[in-house]
Amino acid sequence: MGEPQLCELSVPGRHGLRYPAPDVPLSPLPEALLREDLPMPELSELDVVRHYTRLSQLNHSIDTGFYPLGSCTMKYNPKINEETARLPGFAALHPLQPVETAQGALVLMYNLQEWLKEIGGFAAVTLQPAAGAHGELTGVLIMRAYHHSRGDSQRDKILIPDSAHGTNPATSAMSGMRVVELKSDARGNVDLEALRLECDHTLAGLMLTNPNTLGLFDENVLEVIRLVHEAGGLVYGDGANMNALLGVVRPGDLGIDVLHYNLHKTFSTPHGGGGPGSGPVGVAAHLADFLPAPLVTILDPGDEDLPPLYGLVNPPKSIGRVKSFHGHFGMAVRAYTYIAMHGAEGLRRIAEHAVLNANYLKARLQDVYHVPYNRVCMHEFVAEGRWEDAPEVHALDIAKRLMDYKFHPPTNYFPLIVHEALMIEPTESESKETLDAFVDAMLKIAEEAHTQPELLKEAPHHTPIGRVDEVKAAKELVLCCGVSAND
Amino acid sequence: MNVPTNLKYTESNEWIKVEGNTGTIGITDFAQNSLSDIVFAEVVVGEGDTVGKGASIATIESVKAAADVYTPISGKVIAINEDLGSAPEVINSDPYGAAWLVKIELIDPAELDGLMDAAAYEAQVQE
Repeated sequence: MGEPQLCELSVPGRHGLRYPAPDVPLSPLPEALLREDLPMPELSELDVVRHYTRLSQLNHSIDTGFYPLGSCTMKYNPKINEETARLPGFAALHPLQPVETAQGALVLMYNLQEWLKEIGGFAAVTLQPAAGAHGELTGVLIMRAYHHSRGDSQRDKILIPDSAHGTNPATSAMSGMRVVELKSDARGNVDLEALRLECDHTLAGLMLTNPNTLGLFDENVLEVIRLVHEAGGLVYGDGANMNALLGVVRPGDLGIDVLHYNLHKTFSTPHGGGGPGSGPVGVAAHLADFLPAPLVTILDPGDEDLPPLYGLVNPPKSIGRVKSFHGHFGMAVRAYTYIAMHGAEGLRRIAEHAVLNANYLKARLQDVYHVPYNRVCMHEFVAEGRWEDAPEVHALDIAKRLMDYKFHPPTNYFPLIVHEALMIEPTESESKETLDAFVDAMLKIAEEAHTQPELLKEAPHHTPIGRVDEVKAAKELVLCCGVSAND
Repeated sequence: MNVPTNLKYTESNEWIKVEGNTGTIGITDFAQNSLSDIVFAEVVVGEGDTVGKGASIATIESVKAAADVYTPISGKVIAINEDLGSAPEVINSDPYGAAWLVKIELIDPAELDGLMDAAAYEAQVQE
């Protein structure tokens, strides 16, 4: 691609800035910390600016093109989010400042907790978890603490449908739980018979991704939740797909006990290399005492003369901290901005348009790309990237070829229950023109698959880097580019 | 797709070859083909371990997915294939031969009756 690495651009002795002479006495470093050489690239500021600017121009991003990456909700991230997050009152705060001097940030966090409670139908919310899977870990640790507090410590089994997000089994295993997979039925719902067989006194809970990774709303969700509760278990909701539900369904109202939100998906904070995630967790009243410490609360309601005083409180049976300070606060500012800009009506329209866009794409593609479990979808759907009369073409080849048409490929080979899966999520941000251009490319690729399959097998042809050798990348992973100390 | 007739099969795409009281276990040609290029394989049990039918005995990763391998029968692990760690691609090239994963001493040969023969497995895969 013609862009060298920093270590290759390095010139001995070159540097970007000069430090002023110190105005305090120098203190020598301890001998044990000194080393002979420190091989780091040496460059001017301009070298570095140009290097990263060139790299950024090689990237695909949501600001440059359509990004229908299933399950990731790559929606537009409004630029006003960046303005509010950079307000000095937020950006220049120190997390150890006395609460009296950080009231604005605390009010924002408190209101975001309240809004997420209202949006999800929960009694309490923590903003601490750093991302979605971290939210899952927090949630499952809360479930475990709840069972232990009731003397129910034999409950160590977590049920996970085969249409769940891939992080769910990892979360459960990391929490010391036993994972049992549940099959989906022919319509893509949790198989109720399989669920009944697993509902026993060892059941800690079930992790439900709803809508699931097929993009389908579980038609038996109330019965699934009832069965788990009847057996003494709790239901964890994977809220990564909340974009389909905003303002329409509140998971807490369905009976879900604990759920994580992905601010970086549903609430438009950057991700996919653009920023850290954020995975707040909401819980029903019976789990509120177990939330991570601390939460933001109103310490003193104030009166006519004095404004309320916001501060921090530790829930009585807290599982402890899960993140330093208060999570990724900058993401909370962005999500707060997004929710405030949309209001309740706007949030509902987000869900409606996300679902409409996905169904439009499905309707236009399903005659050419087989869609198993084909019923009205939510925010995404899963098609098969294979044809019997083009046996050498795989989903991966279609994904690579899409890059030649300037589209980010959909998620592929997930969920595992669909062969050669292509998981397509357009989000609400996209116009009909963009959706149509994507469909046109997909239909053209299907035609190419039958007439010029080698065009797909060798794709991408028009990107800075061609087809990468994934086997070599996985087996001979070399991440370090060293600067020779002898240069 | 290659489905040797002298082996028994599971729904989760493992094969077992029984010789006397010893069962040799691996994953099927269909499984390796579905996973595509395999880049990592690790047997997660050790010699001398006793494993119950359905227990996880190995983890296999390809460029597409990671998969657990389950033992089709209960028994004591008497040998594990040490060569796969450095050459997992053998699972792609020789799934029924050099890419065996573990050998197990059977506890209850009657468990074999619950497994599929080649014809039944082929029918399952065709679905």
